[in-house]
Amino acid sequence: MSLKTTMHDLKMKYKGKKMAPAINAFHTFLFTPDETTHSGSHVRGADDLKRTMNTVIMALVPVLLFSVFNAGYQHFSAINGFPENFSLMEHFLTWDNAWIGIIKILPLLAVSYGVGLIVEFIFAVIKGHEVEEGYLVTGILVPLIVPIDTPLWMLAVAVVFGVVIGKEVFGGTGMNILNPALTIRAFLFFAYPTWMSGDKVWVHEARERSEAILAGATNVDAISGETILGYLAQNNEAAMAAKYSLSDMFFGFIPGSVGETPTFLILLGGLFLIFSKIASWRIMLSAVLGSLVMGLMFNQVVEMGWVTETSKFYGLMNFDFWKHLIVGGLAFGIVYMATDPVTGAQTNRGKWFYGFFIGFLSVMIRVFNPAYPEGVFLAILLMNVFAPTIDHYVVRGNVNKRLKRLKNAVVIPKDSDSAAKELKAETV
Amino acid sequence: MSKDIRIKKGLNINLVGAAEKVTSKAVLSNVYAINLEDFHGITPKMLVKQGAEVKAGEALFYNKNIEDMLFVSPVSGELVEIERGERRRILTLKILADKTQAYVEHPKLDLDAASAKEIKAHLQKSGCWPFIQQRPYSVIADPNTTPKAIFVSGFTTAPLAADLDYVLQGKEAELQAAISALAKLTPGKVHVSIAGAGNSPLAGLNGIELHKVSGPHPAGLVGTQINKIAPINKGELVWTISPQDLVIIGELLLSGKFNAERTIALAGSSVKEPKYYTTKIGTEVSTFLYGSGVNGENFRVINGDVLTGSKSSQDGYLGYYNNTVTAIPEGDDYDFFGWNKPIFNKISSTRALTFSWLMPKKKFDLNTNTNGEHRAFVVTGQYEQVFPLDIYPMQLLKACMVKDLDEMEQLGLYEVAPEDFSLTEFVCISKQPHQQIIREGLDLLQQEIG
Repeated sequence: MSLKTTMHDLKMKYKGKKMAPAINAFHTFLFTPDETTHSGSHVRGADDLKRTMNTVIMALVPVLLFSVFNAGYQHFSAINGFPENFSLMEHFLTWDNAWIGIIKILPLLAVSYGVGLIVEFIFAVIKGHEVEEGYLVTGILVPLIVPIDTPLWMLAVAVVFGVVIGKEVFGGTGMNILNPALTIRAFLFFAYPTWMSGDKVWVHEARERSEAILAGATNVDAISGETILGYLAQNNEAAMAAKYSLSDMFFGFIPGSVGETPTFLILLGGLFLIFSKIASWRIMLSAVLGSLVMGLMFNQVVEMGWVTETSKFYGLMNFDFWKHLIVGGLAFGIVYMATDPVTGAQTNRGKWFYGFFIGFLSVMIRVFNPAYPEGVFLAILLMNVFAPTIDHYVVRGNVNKRLKRLKNAVVIPKDSDSAAKELKAETV
Repeated sequence: MSKDIRIKKGLNINLVGAAEKVTSKAVLSNVYAINLEDFHGITPKMLVKQGAEVKAGEALFYNKNIEDMLFVSPVSGELVEIERGERRRILTLKILADKTQAYVEHPKLDLDAASAKEIKAHLQKSGCWPFIQQRPYSVIADPNTTPKAIFVSGFTTAPLAADLDYVLQGKEAELQAAISALAKLTPGKVHVSIAGAGNSPLAGLNGIELHKVSGPHPAGLVGTQINKIAPINKGELVWTISPQDLVIIGELLLSGKFNAERTIALAGSSVKEPKYYTTKIGTEVSTFLYGSGVNGENFRVINGDVLTGSKSSQDGYLGYYNNTVTAIPEGDDYDFFGWNKPIFNKISSTRALTFSWLMPKKKFDLNTNTNGEHRAFVVTGQYEQVFPLDIYPMQLLKACMVKDLDEMEQLGLYEVAPEDFSLTEFVCISKQPHQQIIREGLDLLQQEIG
């Protein structure tokens, strides 16, 4: 008996039963179902939601692979210093580097998918709807936007919170107001701030070692990994510039959340998503513009002399406006988070406003945030909340156009046959 | 005078099995059937009993709400069966055809002298009235109303649909008569749209406002044309009619006979020799389907085109309004990892490892598989790419789903018919039943407001 008939028999056996959604989830993972059209169009386009989500995952895989190596690279560089005459094969794509990534990032990925999908399956079975694909993307996004040493239990708690409160209470995929991955990130940030910010969380073992040293250990050296934005927030641009070059920032050989650093790969992923027509180029482009505008305004403020070197905002405000795009989570947020179609603006015109303000607010929060020099996830969540309002006004524009037209409406009363001739004279 | 309209948004669905421009005469059908589902929103009241002998053009039933609106038999014969469904609702009327056909002879109408009232009465009595559709609500027009304009789409862009330039050849006189009569029913214009390129018999008619429309599907849908020419406002009324039904009306006006004959396209990849047939409304599909031969056994017969037609069967009957019958393979099979492997043999509006964008000229052999499961709306901006009307499609669909009458009205439900959403339904990643949602929305709006 072939797999196809086995699965079909299984589907028939559980049809109408409580476990049916769980069985169907596995079945439809293996096989596109044998469903045919009933009403309306008899033929349908080739894409379904699984394919759409899969395309986003494909755009994320290079970023994930890079992060696996970068985890080890940052770890060893923090201990031994960054290599001189950096060579990609010799210093980056090494087994030692990969191993750190494998033991640190794969568990994050496994917990994210495992816990998230269990919650999804439970809700699907309870509510009797199919297991929806939204979590396929959320599940890979989550490990990429947290610090590498995030404890697995912490991530599990956050995932449960994010999926239940961020999505399922609203009715599941397609109904949520906030991006689930960012809800998870926000939960972690506000619940466990010491694990999510500072200079001891971005590089593997940094926190562990500093705790050991505090406890009195003498056999380990302290390591730290401050992010670019962290240096800038301390007005320490010189130290940052000595350590990281512009190409380090662009290609991602810098500390940060697991997958946010490789701007180059994110750019490729973004282009792929635009080309495949899965993500909105309007949101991406306008978000880039928004961040550039805000960055330029800060640069201008410094140039005008309104903010001097003594100000605590000087370092971040003086940072060249376009460099905001290649450090921190801005590029990652714009390409993979802001473009979430469910939580973003849904009208084409609305997407321009929505994207612009994400870029604009990200840079603004990044500069002014007293707790932590980053704000992309806060900006996107804020705009998630405002997206329906933006859409409302865009749609009202269409409605108003219709109302304007209504003034010239030719309304002919019923049974007006005899009057048809006179009407003709009036309406010519 | 002609005004050119260019449609930019849309998608042409190129399928294999287009009808060859050869017309055969279909075998005469034994039984003809009228499917009551073709007349949306009509409650029928029977005029003849089962077993009665009727002539071609003799009334079978009338509309309960508008008693003058008669529905007639396409052939002469015996009403052999009244098929009923739940609560004795009439589903189908079947007429066993006579060997020699006898027609009801209507008096000829002097078109120049006739008033609008007389024309309306004549069309209702002869059974031609149901060919006239109205918007809003996309139902048979109410004869007690006067539309602000009448719209005729003289070409099709739907996949595999009958080529109107071809089937209307030589029917200029009938078309002119029908147009002249209809023009008297409106104080406005009769708008006729034809393809930018082509040789339409409609182009030379008098008393029309001619529009040349070009662009991808849905350029040929009358809803698209109305939206570009003069969108419907609240309270306004327009009538639409298909050119092939104009021919029947024209023939009635010229000869006094209701002649249900029409040329239809038999198309689709399950048909061995797709071509045109002359036949009659209500005829058995098998009278021409097997004449052309079929491929395999597991196929679906559709009354109409693949985007808007209704599901029929091999022993079904030609619908009242259809000039196309399509047969395509059923897609009731699983596809191993169908959601992540590259796809070359299906049409897609994205490029997510789907490659139809590389082959704009290729003709595809699509089946009836949904290619995925039903989901909530997720992706945005996708419908807008194939929806040329100045309406927000997803917002309107959602308004219909939550039955928000104000929103439905404000977002433009008066302007659309279900068929306008056939293409958004085709591309829908969430596999939502758009046409059904719009139909239910229109019904609700009519019930509450209309």
